Amino acid sequence: MATSEYRHPFRVHWAAHLSLLLASALFILPFLWMLSTSLKPESRIFQKAGEAPQWIPSTDVRTVKGHNVVTYTGEDPALKGKSGVDFKTLDNEQHVLVIDGKEVKAWTEEFEIRQRIGFHWENYTQAFERMDFIQNLRNTLFICLTVVLGTVISSSLVAYSFSRIEWPGRDVLFVAVLATMMIPYEVTLIPLFVLYRNIGWTGTFLPLIVPAFFGVPFYIFLLRQFFMGIPQDLSAAARIDGCNEFAIFWRIILPLSKPALATTALFQFLFEWGDFLNPLIFLQDDRQYTLAIALQQFQSMHESAWGPLMAMSTVITIPVIVLFFLAQRTFIQGITMTGLKG
Amino acid sequence: MTRRERRNLVNGLLFASPYIVGFLAFTLYPLAATVYYSFCHYNVVTPPVWAGLDNYREMFALSGDNLFWKSLWNTLYFTVFSVPLGLALAIGLALLLNQKVFGISAYRTIFFLPSIVPLVASSVLWLWVLDPRSGLINSTLAQFGLPQPGWIADEYWSKPSLVLMSLWGVGGAMVIFLAGLADVPETLYEVAELDGAGRFRKFWNVTLPMLTPTILFNLVMGLIGAFQYFTQVFVMTAGRGTPNDTTMFYALYLYKMAFNFLRMGYASAMACVLFLIILAATLAVLISSKKWVHYYGD
Repeated sequence: MATSEYRHPFRVHWAAHLSLLLASALFILPFLWMLSTSLKPESRIFQKAGEAPQWIPSTDVRTVKGHNVVTYTGEDPALKGKSGVDFKTLDNEQHVLVIDGKEVKAWTEEFEIRQRIGFHWENYTQAFERMDFIQNLRNTLFICLTVVLGTVISSSLVAYSFSRIEWPGRDVLFVAVLATMMIPYEVTLIPLFVLYRNIGWTGTFLPLIVPAFFGVPFYIFLLRQFFMGIPQDLSAAARIDGCNEFAIFWRIILPLSKPALATTALFQFLFEWGDFLNPLIFLQDDRQYTLAIALQQFQSMHESAWGPLMAMSTVITIPVIVLFFLAQRTFIQGITMTGLKG
Repeated sequence: MTRRERRNLVNGLLFASPYIVGFLAFTLYPLAATVYYSFCHYNVVTPPVWAGLDNYREMFALSGDNLFWKSLWNTLYFTVFSVPLGLALAIGLALLLNQKVFGISAYRTIFFLPSIVPLVASSVLWLWVLDPRSGLINSTLAQFGLPQPGWIADEYWSKPSLVLMSLWGVGGAMVIFLAGLADVPETLYEVAELDGAGRFRKFWNVTLPMLTPTILFNLVMGLIGAFQYFTQVFVMTAGRGTPNDTTMFYALYLYKMAFNFLRMGYASAMACVLFLIILAATLAVLISSKKWVHYYGD
């Protein structure tokens, strides 16, 4: 395609940029909408009929005779003692503002309302308070890190056996690994639930963590493909030097496989960070909830609390985005690795 | 067996032992148990009772209020639209990104990010984007005087809404296509140009055939994923499959049967059928692929 670009450099680039801009706008707008909503006060979140979407969170500034008013009560410090401004208490104990001798009936009457850019962080504090955020975060991190550790250790050991040791039956078992990747989770879910329940694991983190220490097919496959690419001569040389199999694995193969190990850790971390089904089924006490479950629970109880909901969604999403930027190369290489060799 | 062979066998089994134990405990045993439970009445609290084909008979009964058929229909509907549209969009975006213009890595990031956002967060977000009254889409449509559907809250729009949302997450498949595009040998394009092929013909006769192995991979992955569609619909309808069961997907119905109604036998039967459906669909795709997948050098 390089030649045609060369022939029409301007036209092609212009069309390319326009289409890319348009498409990326559609992909990024939901994110911006989430961020924007999370910073709006409740009164601004619901649109009036026919009102355009408001992208920049704003705050109402009410002014009376040039003074910014903060509260609606007659005791507003901004107005107290200002000339032409007075307060009156009616018989029904209602406070009324009097401006230049005229009672203000509706607040909009004498107030000038202007909008100013203003971020409202209260959605975040509200979400944190209502969700037991710190506990949820600790649970999530604990599960994620333990599962990552288990997955990396066990899957690399198994992948080593499948790629660097010749033994009878190896290839049959490897086909089993590939086949299990195709099995839908629903098929094993119920007996596992029953099993964990019978040995008293439901309501603990164990059902989420323990299986990771027994090799995860997807990563066994990924690591095996990577290990296969390492020259066999290295192992042979190490054997001559008297290294045993574990020493070869530990001192030669693992250090050479950092990119594949990083991909494994990264993907598994992200999967566990966002996993919903397993915690939903195996966790019972809300003290144990992960962030994903806590957000869903919060959503089902406060269906229209969009401010706190968007704040929480933002909080769950930001670590993922940060991780992506920190490890962009690992990401793209990893996906390519799994995709093309599949 | 020589000493070397014996040592290799011992080492091989030792290194593979975590998986051998895991395979037996977390895959083979549950698989067999699911098949067994599917022939039982089982509520977890009391031991399973043999019930022959009862669960399957109830499941396949052709009465109008049988949610099994409805959930299967909903799932097929979603699969038939979301998978091909997702593939087409992923290829389209990959083609856009395959141009050598300024800022490509920024665009790639933007297309990719939605696919790694935790599903619960993206579901809650889309629930708000699709909100009939104040959501982003409807308040934008209102600006142009266009009709504003009820999206996820409307019987006719609920599944299209989910398809739309699924398209937002095609970033993963897109990156795989991008890698596939990078592997297309430049010489093929040069030859095509010598033959006077334009942009469209080059896409149709070179790019697309060369991408077919990648399409096959993404198609199989997409099918398996679509049949198991669960989290999004669980979050967005609070596990209810509303409105009027139009989003009662197969996996959601299975979950409800198992964990809300404690009908583990029936749910196991559903799981067995799902397994067979996925197996059949995957095999059908793989067999048909001999006709449409081209490998370079063949």
